Amino acid sequence: MPILHALNDEFGYVDASAVPVIADELNLSRAEVHGVLTFYHDFRKEPAGRHVVKVCRAEACQSMAGRDLEEHIKRHLKVELGETTADKRITVEAVYCLGLCACAPSMMVDGKLHARMTPAKFDKIAKELR
Amino acid sequence: MTATLYIPCDSAAIACGAEEVLLAIQAEALARKIELKIIRNGSRGMLWLEPMIEVATPEGRIAYGPVAPEDVATLFAADFLNGGKNHPLCIGRPEDVPYLKNQERLTFARCGITDPTDIEDYIAHDGYRGLKAAAHMSGEAIVTAVTESGLRGRGGAGFPTGIKWKTVLGLDAQQKYIVCNADEGDSGTFADRMIMEGDPFLLIEGMTIAGLAVGATKGFVYIRSEYPIAYAQMEKAIVAANRAGYLGPNVAGSGKAFDLELRLGAGAYICGEETSLLESLEGKRGMVRAKPPLPAIKGLFGQPTVINNVLSFVAVPTILDKGATFYKDFGMGRSRGTMPLQLAGNVKHGGLIEKAFGITLRQVIEDFGGGTASGKPIRAVQVGGPLGAYFPQSLLDTPLDYEAMAAAKGMLGHGGIVVFDDSVDMAMQARFAMEFCAVESCGKCTPCRIGSTRGVEVIDRIREGQNRQKNMELLADLCDTMLDGSLCALGGLTPFPVQSAVRHFPEDFNRPAGHRAAAE
Repeated sequence: MPILHALNDEFGYVDASAVPVIADELNLSRAEVHGVLTFYHDFRKEPAGRHVVKVCRAEACQSMAGRDLEEHIKRHLKVELGETTADKRITVEAVYCLGLCACAPSMMVDGKLHARMTPAKFDKIAKELR
Repeated sequence: MTATLYIPCDSAAIACGAEEVLLAIQAEALARKIELKIIRNGSRGMLWLEPMIEVATPEGRIAYGPVAPEDVATLFAADFLNGGKNHPLCIGRPEDVPYLKNQERLTFARCGITDPTDIEDYIAHDGYRGLKAAAHMSGEAIVTAVTESGLRGRGGAGFPTGIKWKTVLGLDAQQKYIVCNADEGDSGTFADRMIMEGDPFLLIEGMTIAGLAVGATKGFVYIRSEYPIAYAQMEKAIVAANRAGYLGPNVAGSGKAFDLELRLGAGAYICGEETSLLESLEGKRGMVRAKPPLPAIKGLFGQPTVINNVLSFVAVPTILDKGATFYKDFGMGRSRGTMPLQLAGNVKHGGLIEKAFGITLRQVIEDFGGGTASGKPIRAVQVGGPLGAYFPQSLLDTPLDYEAMAAAKGMLGHGGIVVFDDSVDMAMQARFAMEFCAVESCGKCTPCRIGSTRGVEVIDRIREGQNRQKNMELLADLCDTMLDGSLCALGGLTPFPVQSAVRHFPEDFNRPAGHRAAAE
């Protein structure tokens, strides 16, 4: 897993061509490495957009209109969760709890945390993402 | 004169703008030619006040919050660097705020006060006293102290920690392991994160004591990838502890070795389940193992392993320092000691509340939380994360202890409490529970893998008004199958929120389909 994390961090995703190399190095079958790669939500199989927005879908955020925020983001960027905008600018993903439940709803943009979100705050942040 | 300022580095404070406030303060201080000493402390846990900034003064620390960058100029004008009280954001001494004053903080006693990664500061605030005591005790004596304290697993299952440790102590093996479950994935929980960010040495100390107790020389902390700041803080603290001789070949002069390593999760909720976590630590898919064998007997790499939650380990130093009886005197019934509760969701004053077991849900939500943030009435409260039951108004007087919660067909879990106001649609919440289980299921056992997807479909049919009576029966049946037939707690507890929603809020499952479409 530390190897996959390193690749994912470096390239933004884990290319399929890396699987046989890792398998060979660790004396595992390709199937085993592929299995690990596809099990975890964090590892990407293809490059993401230039920016990644992770929006929290868990209960505490729901209680503070997290669902409205999610709908707003999807409408605003014209994507579904897990998709990238046509201009490859922003990828939107779901995350289940960022641990900021007392200042909900929350999201993470390129690793930076934002809490007490509103659709207006999102528009402001999105405008700065190029 | 140099003023000393405390600006939290806690994720919640940063997400609310602590970095921007820090920059604004530095810029203003530069313009006014004032020298500042800035300490990045943890959070005190009064999260509605974050970012909460504290200033050291002769009468103690004076707090201001929630501070926005726009407030910085007026704070300087109000002489906040000398504790000036003439500012609307001034809170006074944090210890005097009833929210903190009325708590019983044992585990979180230091969190927010010290510089989290400064080991000297930790020791100056009674840190490592538990380990120093343990260093001169036999393994049996340490385990006995933990057993007598009545400490039970704080991860959710509530299994007596001392018994788990005793099993591992009694086994002969070439290598034993201590594993900390810091994959805090439950919605509404953040105590693990807060302690790792705000007092990481406490976790290191707790795990080291466990190592000495059972004869393990190697420990792992499995931290979820959603917590990058916690990971960074732990990393710094481990380096400092090694350097000071509190980790390494001769722990605190005991002659025994203990090393600690961090591992990062990769966004799988199921890895909070202990056997799945062990698989993941071994570099595999996080698939749940069948029990027995218990991890205590065959755990990490097939060796005897103590696997505990963060909150269990961090309770241990207090027990060794102040004695089992001291700890045991808190709490009620068979739930001894204190529980760090996490109040979140639609609530005015969300945050961390450490209290002895036995406080009621209503006391937590009303006395500490101050009611809902929206000002509307409370309709439902989910306790114990996404697998915990929803409680209606009529059950809010249930005391928070393991047995009382179980009697009310709920669970305390990891102590997360999420409040919903009257705009919540409980059928939708039940659907979410099933949907979440479908996304996060490891896929090993059928009730969880297939049952959750079918559950979403059945609830959709109920919401649309198709054959309602029959589908409600089907849902009840499906819940029973998942409860009894699942391998681990994910499939086995997903019915908790669903059944509790059906039981306490039947009206939400019996609305005309058109009404719902209009509402959405």
